[in-house]
Amino acid sequence: MARRLVVIGNGMAGARAVEEILARSGGDAFDITMFGDEPYGNYNRIMLSHVLSGEESDADIFLNALPWYRENNITLHAGVRVERIDKYSKHVFAADGRVVPYDVLVIATGSHSFLPPMDGLYTPSGSVRHGVFTFRTMDDTRKMVQFAQQEHHRRALVIGGGLLGLEAARGLQAYGLDVAVVHSGGHLMNAQLGPDGGAILRRSVEALGIEVHTGSRTTAVLGKDRITGVRLRDDTELGCDMVVVTAGIRPNVDVAVVSGLAVERAIVVDDHLRVMDEEDIYAVGECVQHRGEVYGLVAPLWEQAAVLADQITGVDRSSVYLGSRTATKLKVAGVDVASMGLPGPELDTDEHIVFSEPSRGVFKSIVIRDNKMVGATLLGDSRKVAYLTQAFDQGLPLPEERLSLMFDLGSPAEEEGVAELADSAQVCNCNGVSKGALVSAVQGGCRSVPAAMDATRAGKGCGACKLLVTQVVEWAADGAVEDDPAASYYVPGIPLDKPALMSRIRELGLRSVSQVFAALAPDSVEDAKSKMGLASLMKMMLAEKYIDERDARFINDRVHANIQRDGTFSVVPQMKGGVTSVQQLRRIADVAEKHKIPMIKLTGGQRIDLLGVAKEDLPTVWADLDMPSGYAYGKSFRTVKTCVGKDYCRFGTGDSTGLGISLESRFQGIESPAKLKLAVSGCPRNCAESLVKDVGVVAVEGGRWEIYIGGAAGAHIRKGDLLVAVDTPEEVTLLAGRFMQYYRENANWLERTYAFVPRVGIERIRSVILDDSEGIAARLDAAMQESVDNYVDPWSERDDPPTPGQFRTSLPLTVLPQVPVR
Amino acid sequence: MKIPHVVGPVDQIPFGEGRAFGIDGEQVAVFRLRDGTLRAVSAVCPHKGGPIADGTIDQRVVMCPLHQHSFELETGCSTTGAKPLRTYEVFADEGQNIVVIP
Repeated sequence: MARRLVVIGNGMAGARAVEEILARSGGDAFDITMFGDEPYGNYNRIMLSHVLSGEESDADIFLNALPWYRENNITLHAGVRVERIDKYSKHVFAADGRVVPYDVLVIATGSHSFLPPMDGLYTPSGSVRHGVFTFRTMDDTRKMVQFAQQEHHRRALVIGGGLLGLEAARGLQAYGLDVAVVHSGGHLMNAQLGPDGGAILRRSVEALGIEVHTGSRTTAVLGKDRITGVRLRDDTELGCDMVVVTAGIRPNVDVAVVSGLAVERAIVVDDHLRVMDEEDIYAVGECVQHRGEVYGLVAPLWEQAAVLADQITGVDRSSVYLGSRTATKLKVAGVDVASMGLPGPELDTDEHIVFSEPSRGVFKSIVIRDNKMVGATLLGDSRKVAYLTQAFDQGLPLPEERLSLMFDLGSPAEEEGVAELADSAQVCNCNGVSKGALVSAVQGGCRSVPAAMDATRAGKGCGACKLLVTQVVEWAADGAVEDDPAASYYVPGIPLDKPALMSRIRELGLRSVSQVFAALAPDSVEDAKSKMGLASLMKMMLAEKYIDERDARFINDRVHANIQRDGTFSVVPQMKGGVTSVQQLRRIADVAEKHKIPMIKLTGGQRIDLLGVAKEDLPTVWADLDMPSGYAYGKSFRTVKTCVGKDYCRFGTGDSTGLGISLESRFQGIESPAKLKLAVSGCPRNCAESLVKDVGVVAVEGGRWEIYIGGAAGAHIRKGDLLVAVDTPEEVTLLAGRFMQYYRENANWLERTYAFVPRVGIERIRSVILDDSEGIAARLDAAMQESVDNYVDPWSERDDPPTPGQFRTSLPLTVLPQVPVR
Repeated sequence: MKIPHVVGPVDQIPFGEGRAFGIDGEQVAVFRLRDGTLRAVSAVCPHKGGPIADGTIDQRVVMCPLHQHSFELETGCSTTGAKPLRTYEVFADEGQNIVVIP
């Protein structure tokens, strides 16, 4: 028989907890009854400020309207307050006389607005005066809007200059009211901001026409029949027609107190969200106190609801809630505010980095302790917020150059605060996806970043916009974005991250892509999107033991050339280090003439590209060239670009061409999670652009070589991090190879080094590669050597195609090429 | 009246790959799934004219190599919002020859 689950509270916490329980098939195990104080389904309380400002109607903010309860067989008593719990007989007693038995009880009573003591706030009968409002519920908001719209009301006063107060002030301006905010703290939003940030926020808020009084307590509401003003502690009087009180919230604990549950500041719960000393009673949301903390934000609630559901349904008994690091990112009264952790330094040893630009209303502050970020505040410019939130949540190692925490040094300018972006602004420049399209995908039910990306194809081109896409989705979902477990999968079709996937492949002795699908995919279903990534990974892991199934390869890797828009291919012969010869040039010229190559182009990697070659002509073109593949097509080691070096250049300090050629000879064609572009420059003038390569080498005076890693100058621009400076080309070759092997084994599929290096952290990479901190250096070197030993020039397949029709045309009736001849 | 076209032996297509044929003035991509099933769809991607026969497939879909639009092999419907591909009836006769009905 189904057990009886009763939920007291139908707000965001109660409803989210039920959603999580249903998601774990709890709908079958439980008969669910919910009690809600408010006469509605449940709505997104955070959005009430938008309802107040008129940006959204109240119908827009419902999370679950009444039909949702019916569809999920939930009995909802809306507008019915629960007054008492009998925890011995396991019944709840409602205000309408209803008595409902439970097997499991969840308390999610939330909070109410705190009304600080002041004269004239209440009528003689004890109710709050007409014209005084709190800002907590849908009804509060509706009443406020109604009152503000009455024409003789000209001036509103908001008591409390926190987040909600500023939102209320801004919202009321929309009704043509003059608004003043009275805040008892020394500066606005003092729970989240330090004094300096508060001062800048004040300037921005005042610039919007909102009057601000800080450090002043309201002692009385004035006026007899109707409100005429308020009096402050220093006896100043401010005139107004309405008063909104947003002076904080207090947990709703009455029902818990009268029922004999453990209550301190709020209902005390353990790491399972179980009320202290109770077997069958749980609590979640703003009404709980967990490890001494009471939260008033939505993100901790999502985390709590998931753990609660794991426990109640028994799906995962090991699931625990260990508290939340709270980070807020919002627009307060039109100003971007993000804050997390400490607002300022606390210990003498804390690093505090501050940037302040009052004229633009920009303020940034970061607090660092033991090389971990423990707090950050961003005002007026939230471009770095996604990265900082991640650094804060996960305790990521930080860049030595702290400035780069606050600013994108040399990164594209498109990362504007997402809230400011117009709906028509193009977020994904490859697939032409606008911010508006992403937002409507989120509103249409895509609750995770990958789901929104799939629905819109945003971020599916070059991938440079993924961060911005993530920010837009998070912003559109207003914090309710779900982690997609698939985000950690190496390839979408196998539910394992890279280390787990590699260890399963080893354990099971799998040797081909089809074997991996059969053994590890859900229902053994193969997945086209996963094939290329698996093929690359297994070739890297197994070298000559890999069973190469050609269908797992992308077309470029099947025919060893890069497919072009008309279905023709480009042919780039190997030209190590960008150095060529009379013989090569003559041969290339002859081939181009004989095959009527429509375009001959010098590439960015210092190669010669023959474009517009039909697929069926590839083998003869290769044969006529009689040169090895230049690998201009694969997710693999591509090229080493070099400058002329010391043999010719009067500034050259090292033999860059020689080292470049030797690096390319050694690492040619090895596959990797994404392409690898290298360069060697003979002096710090960097003519080969070594600082923006996956691996870049620079000769410096004194016969030394600097190795930079993680640079990029394509869709994303990043200066590489200095790995080390060494004395000999041999050391360069060894360490570059060791790094590339580490990258091959640890990077996600299609994750370029410019993302991999900062994700792992240059210090960690240095310790692995240089100090052998994990004891794997010798193994990495041996694995790389094995890949090097197994290199075969793919263009040798021209004489003996491994599959029938490998080079047959795929557009038999189209005359190719269709590109212009230059 | 639809006239079946025999386009040659099954084993000219490796398992898990596709090859293209011109049939009655139409370009048709025939795929041989890893379990041996044959599927035929039009060979030109409705998005930007990509060569569908060069796509990567699984049991269900083909992915165009140019911009990764996906199409169900059985219905031709796109799973990524592109216009559909036309589908053709295809089977192997007793002599293991591919027969396409345009």
